[in-house]
Amino acid sequence: MAGHLRCLIADRLRRFEPGVLLCLALIAVLVFLVAGPMVRLLISSVQETETGRLTLANYRDAYGSLHCLRALVNSLKLGLGVAFLAGVLGIPIAWAVSRTDMPAKSFVRFMVLGAFIIPPYLGAIGWILLAGPNSGWLNRAWMSLAGTDHGVFNIYSMTGLIVVVGLSSFPFVFVATNSALDLVSSEMEDAANILGAGALRTTIRVTLPVVLPAILGGLIVSFLEAIALFGAPAMIALPARFHVVATQLWQFFEYPARVEEAAAYSLPLLLITVLMLWLQRVLTGRRGYIAVTGKGGERRMVRLGRWRWGMLLYALVVAALSLLLPVSVLLHAAFAKAWGRGFSLGNLTLGNFRYLLYEQSQAQQAIVNTFLYAGASAFVAIGLSLAAAYVVSRRLVRWSNSLDLLCMAPLVIPGIVLAIGFYSAYAAPPFALYGSAVIMILAFTVRFLPIAYTSTSAGLRSINPEVEEAVRILGGSRLTAIARVLAPLLKRSLAGAWIMVFIAAARELSTAILLVTPDTRVISVVLLDLSEEGNFEVLAALGTILLAVSMAIAAVGSRVIGRDFMLHRG
Amino acid sequence: MSKLVLRGIEKRFGETLAVDGLELALEEGEFVSLLGPSGCGKTTTLRMIAGFVDPSSGTIEVDGKVLSSPAGSVPPEKRGMSMIFQSYAVWPNMTVEQNVAFGLELQRLPGAQTRRRVHNMLEVVRMNHVARRYPAELSGGQQQRVALARALVVQPSVLLLDEPLSNLDAGLREEMRIEIRRLHDEFRITTVYVTHDQTEAMVTSDRIAVMNRGRLEQVDEPRALYTRPRTRFVAGFIGRTNFIEGICDGTAIAFQWFSLPRNALPDADGLSGKVVFSVRPQSLRLAKTGAQGLEKGPSIEVTVLERAYLGEHWDYAVMPVTGAASLRVTAPPHEIYEKGQALWLHIDPRWMVPVA
Repeated sequence: MAGHLRCLIADRLRRFEPGVLLCLALIAVLVFLVAGPMVRLLISSVQETETGRLTLANYRDAYGSLHCLRALVNSLKLGLGVAFLAGVLGIPIAWAVSRTDMPAKSFVRFMVLGAFIIPPYLGAIGWILLAGPNSGWLNRAWMSLAGTDHGVFNIYSMTGLIVVVGLSSFPFVFVATNSALDLVSSEMEDAANILGAGALRTTIRVTLPVVLPAILGGLIVSFLEAIALFGAPAMIALPARFHVVATQLWQFFEYPARVEEAAAYSLPLLLITVLMLWLQRVLTGRRGYIAVTGKGGERRMVRLGRWRWGMLLYALVVAALSLLLPVSVLLHAAFAKAWGRGFSLGNLTLGNFRYLLYEQSQAQQAIVNTFLYAGASAFVAIGLSLAAAYVVSRRLVRWSNSLDLLCMAPLVIPGIVLAIGFYSAYAAPPFALYGSAVIMILAFTVRFLPIAYTSTSAGLRSINPEVEEAVRILGGSRLTAIARVLAPLLKRSLAGAWIMVFIAAARELSTAILLVTPDTRVISVVLLDLSEEGNFEVLAALGTILLAVSMAIAAVGSRVIGRDFMLHRG
Repeated sequence: MSKLVLRGIEKRFGETLAVDGLELALEEGEFVSLLGPSGCGKTTTLRMIAGFVDPSSGTIEVDGKVLSSPAGSVPPEKRGMSMIFQSYAVWPNMTVEQNVAFGLELQRLPGAQTRRRVHNMLEVVRMNHVARRYPAELSGGQQQRVALARALVVQPSVLLLDEPLSNLDAGLREEMRIEIRRLHDEFRITTVYVTHDQTEAMVTSDRIAVMNRGRLEQVDEPRALYTRPRTRFVAGFIGRTNFIEGICDGTAIAFQWFSLPRNALPDADGLSGKVVFSVRPQSLRLAKTGAQGLEKGPSIEVTVLERAYLGEHWDYAVMPVTGAASLRVTAPPHEIYEKGQALWLHIDPRWMVPVA
């Protein structure tokens, strides 16, 4: 009887909880997008191409040749070289901006932000125009100065590659160091001063050790950026006749595509990334060591005296090498009939842009595709991460934390590895997504999901749940609360996340390169083709279009959301 | 019939029992406070009434209809209640007007009627002059008034308040608790008010339910709660008090210094064995001489141990000549005694209350 009554009450009262359904659907989608490709990648690596039987042959073939092993070593060399260079470039400037009386700090910050926005492959093109053997601007300047007929710089070398990638990834180290330094209070330095330590000694013995974990974290990120990079190595290493892992992986997709071997060969890249990011977490997560108390207290600036001009000069040289010089030669080439003919009115033309926008239908298609895919994936990524962040923060279901994990997991997947995973999971039937816009959008979505998730969940956490409960007690559903209150309050962080994903996806090459077909090409892929053809004027014009749109959107973003939104990412 | 009934409410979070066998019934239009120290389960109880939390066992009924049970609950948005939150939870993306109108919009009230009711309600809380402002432009007290207006304008069946004054400064808090009572007298909405501040509860409430460690200790009118506390916890939590022990035997109760006939004390029938009595500091009187005939009760010899002048009264700690524990006494400002002075302490047995 009592049981019967209970059932009756249960039936009448059992509320329809859309939260649980939403959560189940969300987990299904995230498993499909994030876990699916990775599981498929692992399975492919131990399958025979034709029969699908279990085998270790892929590993034997992938690592059996000296060629492939050398590519692995090259990637490590590249990563270490880039991390070193990024440290040399990024740390002093970060310190100078945060702690000294160096002049023109905001200009220097602005330059670093600019270097962040330039995709590494455009930097590579800029440097090919600057330091290509004999024909590059710097070499020609040297030849005319020294009166020789041989240039001194050769960008087509490992050193050249390290310089190009290092110049594009030092902002990672800058941001990590700078934000850590901003949080160290002057009182800690005062304590050393009062005991008799001078400015230099204090910096070396107190300030730097305290921010060291953050610096190491930044170096690790630039190392990982470098080994996962595809574009710049493809433009510089291939003409120099050596491979890195990313370009080698691409080779496996030359007809006939050996996807299984590629899967096997991509695992070290994945493992290194997982390990290094774990290390970075451990380093930067050790509280008590990093004195990040949240409020930095008042900070006095270190007086550099005459050295402040020396410091500024250093920062300006870095800015010139990473941003001003490459962008100038790119712009010059974009508006030149032939870039080698130099600066003259007769060489000036809009023909490259006209060619791209009106004559070359492939380029038109690629431009439309790029911004369409980037915009769409930004919407999808934000929709997914908002839903996931909501479920996690409101603990709608007990296992909601798994959503957190799924949304952040793509952080450890290099773009080209993600592309291999997507290819092996969804290119073939039953999904048969290869060649569709859908696979591009979904791959970009997954690639940049952590960016979107980090900022939406941070935004959501900053809102008191009572604000939402106030809607519900007055008769509004969860959806009403989200639509009428949460979404308006999150507007800024959602817009910021959208812009970050959009810019990142618009320039993405390493994920795109294995998934594109003639109909779904994007700007970055066309740029790579143009560089192989040596058509640098048209390439520069296309790059300029990409940059102009990215910059315009970043400018809107900083107007709406605040100046440094790109520099404070998770 | 009672308006709101909690029957055997229990709430478990993992191993801990946050609310333990709560029984409470509110009459239509009654104002009841849930009073207790932090962590006593009062906010959990309020959130169960609101429907944000399901009880582990027991039921919550409004107008005889079961709204909450372990098997399932009516969601908060279908309960027709309203609530005022600790953080006020005034929506920062809407103006004062829009905040107050929101609940009426959800009820799909015609626009003209909504506008009129919003206007009238803002009049009542004296906020019409800032109707077009955004919450960020208001002070804490003004935001609180918006929250009040927003909750009252929908004419809820039950109004819930979750420590609504804890974020305000002292002066404003005093003003707002009188305001809350004034609004209750005007609208007579059945109200549950959660607070840890006894003064707040005493100013606003018809009855106070004192909670401790998830259990209900006593539910009574403010005056009864102070003069007739039933448990040690209530006696100690509501105001300050002294505890003295007596042994009940036959018609007499024997204390350390004196003995009293059982009928001199209220509520002393049926007691036996060792019993603890609560004696309020206000019911004790210090004098330079012993029994003067005017006094109804016994006197004992004491010396002044410590004293503090608090403006409105003196706070003395005195030690009986034969005894180990000191007693607290409140005296009017003009009764000035020195530290170490020997005095007589008069005890009025009518204020000695046995506590469990």
